[in-house]
Amino acid sequence: MTVKIEDKLFLDRFRVDEEPHIRIIENAVCMDKCEEQPCLYFCPANVYRLEKDRIVVAYEGCLECGSCRIGCPYLNIEWRFPTGGYGISHRFG
Amino acid sequence: MREQFDVAIVGAGPAGISAAHVLGGRGIKTIVFERGEYPGAKNISGGVLYGHDLARILPDFREKGCPIERNIVESRLWYLSNDGGYSVAFRDRAFCDRLFLNAFTVGRARFDRWFAEQTKEKGILVVCSTVVTDLLRDARGQVIGVMTDRPEGDVKARVVLLADGINSALAAKTGFRPEPNPHDVALAVKDVIELPEELINERFNVETGQGVTTEIIGEITEGMDGVAVIYTNRNSLSVCIGANLSDFVKSRVKPYEMLERLKEHPMVAPLIRGGQSKEYMAHWVAEGGYDSIPGLSGNGYLIAGDSGMLFNALHREGSNMAMTSGRFAAEAIVEAFDKGDFSSNGLAGYLERLDGSYIMEDLKKYRGFGKFRLEHHELFTTLPRLHSFAAREMLTVDGVSKKEKQRIIWKAIRKEISTGKMIRLFRHGWGSIK
Ligand SMILES: Cc1cc2nc3c(=O)[nH]c(=O)nc-3n(C[C@H](O)[C@H](O)[C@H](O)COP(=O)(O)OP(=O)(O)OC[C@H]3O[C@@H](n4cnc5c(N)ncnc54)[C@H](O)[C@@H]3O)c2cc1C
Ligand code: SF4
Ligand code: SF4
Repeated sequence: MTVKIEDKLFLDRFRVDEEPHIRIIENAVCMDKCEEQPCLYFCPANVYRLEKDRIVVAYEGCLECGSCRIGCPYLNIEWRFPTGGYGISHRFG
Repeated sequence: MREQFDVAIVGAGPAGISAAHVLGGRGIKTIVFERGEYPGAKNISGGVLYGHDLARILPDFREKGCPIERNIVESRLWYLSNDGGYSVAFRDRAFCDRLFLNAFTVGRARFDRWFAEQTKEKGILVVCSTVVTDLLRDARGQVIGVMTDRPEGDVKARVVLLADGINSALAAKTGFRPEPNPHDVALAVKDVIELPEELINERFNVETGQGVTTEIIGEITEGMDGVAVIYTNRNSLSVCIGANLSDFVKSRVKPYEMLERLKEHPMVAPLIRGGQSKEYMAHWVAEGGYDSIPGLSGNGYLIAGDSGMLFNALHREGSNMAMTSGRFAAEAIVEAFDKGDFSSNGLAGYLERLDGSYIMEDLKKYRGFGKFRLEHHELFTTLPRLHSFAAREMLTVDGVSKKEKQRIIWKAIRKEISTGKMIRLFRHGWGSIK
């Protein structure tokens, strides 16, 4: 079974905030300390992606569940809500 | 916005809007802040609401055009292995007449918006696209209003009601509720799958307007403590699956892949065949139970709904607790205005009401249920597999005697799960819900 997260997120309506609402605090923690890097798996929008020497954050597709904020074992993620009216808008909910 | 309000409510979900209805009815000047573009824009649920709790706030909700999808007439429970599973269902004529709209499905984007609109005629101001970023406090620490992400966005109020849901970014900031532990929340993902209304009627064996809920546990959550649901809407199905966040962090299972695998399960695939996915969402479910409930009131503020961890995970009842806790909060606020006392003392009517209601009684009753599930992962692994194996063996006609089959089944069970463990499982399970 292959499902591309892009195809799922394509169904949703986003109004993207220019200012990212998520930021990794210290990339060195991700690369040197965090062995499991669980954010690469549990994020339901696959926002976190591993590139050569860092984790990149595709915040535009964030579903705003909050999981990375408390699920990162090093609490290495700075997270706020997107500015009012931005981010995802559910049509059915 | 330099105006002074009597009450500021954070969040236009069921808890916040229920409170607004009661306050508006009593002529208390109330403002509601919602971070979404419209109420419901950020919200999801499996989609079941309960008529009883809603009618206490809006008795004529049907006449007022409540966007009801289907009236639930049947509840199904499935216990699944990867290849099949058990199904039990309960249906009763009473749900069609005497208990009509006891439970019904909604889409939260439509419902929340409609519910908020009904407060307009009561003079409530609902301000959307606005994040409450912090609370205003005076020198003694009493909450006296909110700060928002709008320019000059501070708003003063005598009482602030935090109805901002389980993913409360305010909680950590204010210290009123600690951030949840990963094991106190479940992460759920949901697809809305469109199908023609008549086809749903046929596939679920119901008449137009009638609906079915299906709650599912078993191997589908891939060893994690979790649950899936399929609920019928008018011309779509809500298919959700979720698991405890602490399990997700350990397991490397991707939530959306787990959802896709559920959709391919032999019990699920025929129900959704030919359907079109229309929306994909994710949200937390408040699973911590009684022991995770924070202090729900203080000087100048109250906490209601999911934000206060008022959720009954066993019976998937959250929206009703949100509505009723919102109503209780508003009634307590009315009393505080009568007394002119907005300290925690003046607002004490809130906790008294909660303690005297089904909310605290149910949450106390099931306080051990979350721990039970987390400690017995075999509920989601070996047990459903063994159950399915046993049934399949007994139903296979292959010349082997039933006695011999029983022997094979017991041997398989003993190999995977000791008698002591089995006894502990039943004892703990019963103890956590009795
Ligand atoms: C997948 C899933 C299935 C569920 N199924 C069911 C079910 O079938 N039946 C049931 O009864 N319950 C169910 N629940 C639980 C139910 O959805 C919740 O209990 C209920 O929505 C709680 O209502 P609430 O008003 O407390 O919070 P919410 O509905 O979460 O509302 C909070 C509101 O506050 C807003 N907000 C948050 N922070 C801010 C801020 N800082 N500033 C401005 N606005 C803010 C949010 O945008 C949101 O609109 C389910 C939950 C999930 C996730
Ligand atoms: S889980 Fe946290 S520390 Fe680990 S890689 Fe992800 S962001 Fe970095
Ligand atoms: S909030 Fe949820 S969807 Fe958004 S990045 Fe974090 S885990 Fe992913």
